Amino acid sequence: MNRFLQSINARELIRPLGQMVVFSLGSAIVLSSIVLTLALGLDQTAVGLALQDKYNVSLYTYTLVNLPQVVIDGLTIGFVYAAIALGYTMVYGVLEFINFAHSEIFAVGAFVGVEILIALDHSGLLRSASLGMSYVLLTFAIISGMVAAGALAVTVERVAYRPLRGASRLVPLISAIGVSFLLQDLIRLVEGLTTGDFNRIFPSFGNFDQRLNFGKLALGETTINLGISIKSIIVIVAAMLMLMGLNYLVNATRIGKAIRAVAQDRPTASLMGINVNRIISITFLVGGLLGGAAGVLYALKFTRIDPFVGFFPGLKAFAAAVLGGIGNLTGALLGGIVLGMLETFAGSYMGVFTMGAAGSEYKDIFAFSILILVLIFRPQGLMGENVGQKA
Amino acid sequence: MSVLSLANVHSHYGHIHALKGISVEVNEGEIVSLIGSNGAGKSTTLRTISGMMHPSAGAITLYGKDISKMEPHAIVLAGLGHVPEGRGIFPKLTVKENLEMGAFTVTDHRLIQERMEYGFSLFPRLKERLSQYGGTLSGGEQQMLAIARGLMLDPGILMLDEPSMGLAPVLVELIFDIIKTLNDKGTTILLVEQNALMALSIAHRGYVLQTGEIVVSDTAENLKKNPLVQKAYLGMD
Ligand SMILES: Nc1ncnc2c1ncn2[C@@H]1O[C@H](COP(=O)(O)OP(=O)(O)O)[C@@H](O)[C@H]1O
Ligand SMILES: [Mg+2]
Repeated sequence: MNRFLQSINARELIRPLGQMVVFSLGSAIVLSSIVLTLALGLDQTAVGLALQDKYNVSLYTYTLVNLPQVVIDGLTIGFVYAAIALGYTMVYGVLEFINFAHSEIFAVGAFVGVEILIALDHSGLLRSASLGMSYVLLTFAIISGMVAAGALAVTVERVAYRPLRGASRLVPLISAIGVSFLLQDLIRLVEGLTTGDFNRIFPSFGNFDQRLNFGKLALGETTINLGISIKSIIVIVAAMLMLMGLNYLVNATRIGKAIRAVAQDRPTASLMGINVNRIISITFLVGGLLGGAAGVLYALKFTRIDPFVGFFPGLKAFAAAVLGGIGNLTGALLGGIVLGMLETFAGSYMGVFTMGAAGSEYKDIFAFSILILVLIFRPQGLMGENVGQKA
Repeated sequence: MSVLSLANVHSHYGHIHALKGISVEVNEGEIVSLIGSNGAGKSTTLRTISGMMHPSAGAITLYGKDISKMEPHAIVLAGLGHVPEGRGIFPKLTVKENLEMGAFTVTDHRLIQERMEYGFSLFPRLKERLSQYGGTLSGGEQQMLAIARGLMLDPGILMLDEPSMGLAPVLVELIFDIIKTLNDKGTTILLVEQNALMALSIAHRGYVLQTGEIVVSDTAENLKKNPLVQKAYLGMD
């Protein structure tokens, strides 16, 4: 045990934690400054006056009061995006291939986790569970979603991608899109046959829906409620732990070194005695585990899932991976957090800033505008490089 | 004793017939050189032996065992080292990590350390570059690293693909001295070279490859005197 502890490279645990804190704080500060400046500027214009008329509150105050919740929501979804984005980026780094079926890997994880909890709910176990037990059951659901998604990712690679590895790059891409549709329909079929219902609801149990209140912050005549829902804490903490684990795996373990070697030069890696196919399977497994966990966490946060639940988060996580620099692990983390924050800010404030002309339903435009802008002006992404390099 | 033997081996890249039935024998303790001009099929021969591509016909045996259908990682474990053309250094791994990769399947840390030290004894310069990225090394240092890394599994036979390529004459001299040293210590060598004069100066025997076929095979001494070899590969008339 002592030797095991000694062999742990503490630096590789602290550094990603630092990165996550910096990226979170950085995007929160930048975006908050932008909306507050905008609010100040628009306060005395028609935009501010309209709000004053309707709710008797100044635009600046409105913006400020909502800020803490917006930041928390942005971080929550941002960490979910980051966990999904890592699946795209790991596979891209090793195979230079975009696994478009990854969004359905995520969806399957969500469904497995939710179905297990629904079954536990029906058996009465959830309601009778103590607080400690409800955390155990949630952990069990998350791990089940991870295992299912990981196994599925490995199987998809083995069946639908590996046989096409020698073919031109477009061929496995088309296969991936096919697998994606296939899995969507498969979820629909299975859900249709077993439950007759495509919309599944994350059961309410434990104390996950409660809010922790840290008190009020008085600012002039307004007060800001500082608080966070327990589920947001769970999502953020669970995602952070996984991202640290992944970072450790890739940067500080023998398998991680092999993953980097395979990403840099596959033929030569095989000459080192590395079983390249096994490393590729492990890469898909790790991406699938993260994606599956993200699925269950997403369901915890947003409660309702359907067979298409993977589509938008998947696409946005892909955008996040491209934003950060596809193939780059730190980039996926940065891209996920930035994108999650950006779209939450947009969703929360666009409505009032445009006097209701463009409401939160347009927030997706942000994710995809960013994808397009990045592809045009900085195709290598914010951080460039790839998995081959130490994150 | 035969370490490696190719019998009537054919290899294809799609429709390109790159090896047209070559037979090669490498015996324990020998340095055997495979010479031929650019595009003759030398690298293809090594790639086919180490399992990076599979022969379309013919047999390849290593220590008496058929390896023609085995995957490269398994062949490496059977005792065959391959220092590939272009060196194959992992550019974003450090020198130390590159060496560790060479011993990926070894779990005994003492053994890894021992072999790394052996590599440093051959190429002291590597020790000074330990934490530098492989991609930042000079061509000569990369070749040293590639050879040191190829020795991390202590292979019975080491195949080297144009180790002199792009190196200054002093470095070529050094690399060939090391190859000779390794051979003196018992490692069997299969050496691919365009630099025929250099190769034949340390080899015991040699094969001349031309457009996928072996055209001559003889002792190194005789090859140096062979008019065809002199004309085509040694730049003599
Ligand atoms: N990856 C490849 N795809 C198609 N043809 C190849 C490939 N690699 C080599 N060849 C062809 O095979 C023949 C032998 O090449 P190679 O073994 O690299 O020659 P050498 O190492 O002797 O210079 C050449 O005609 C070359 O064009
Ligand atoms: Mg060659």
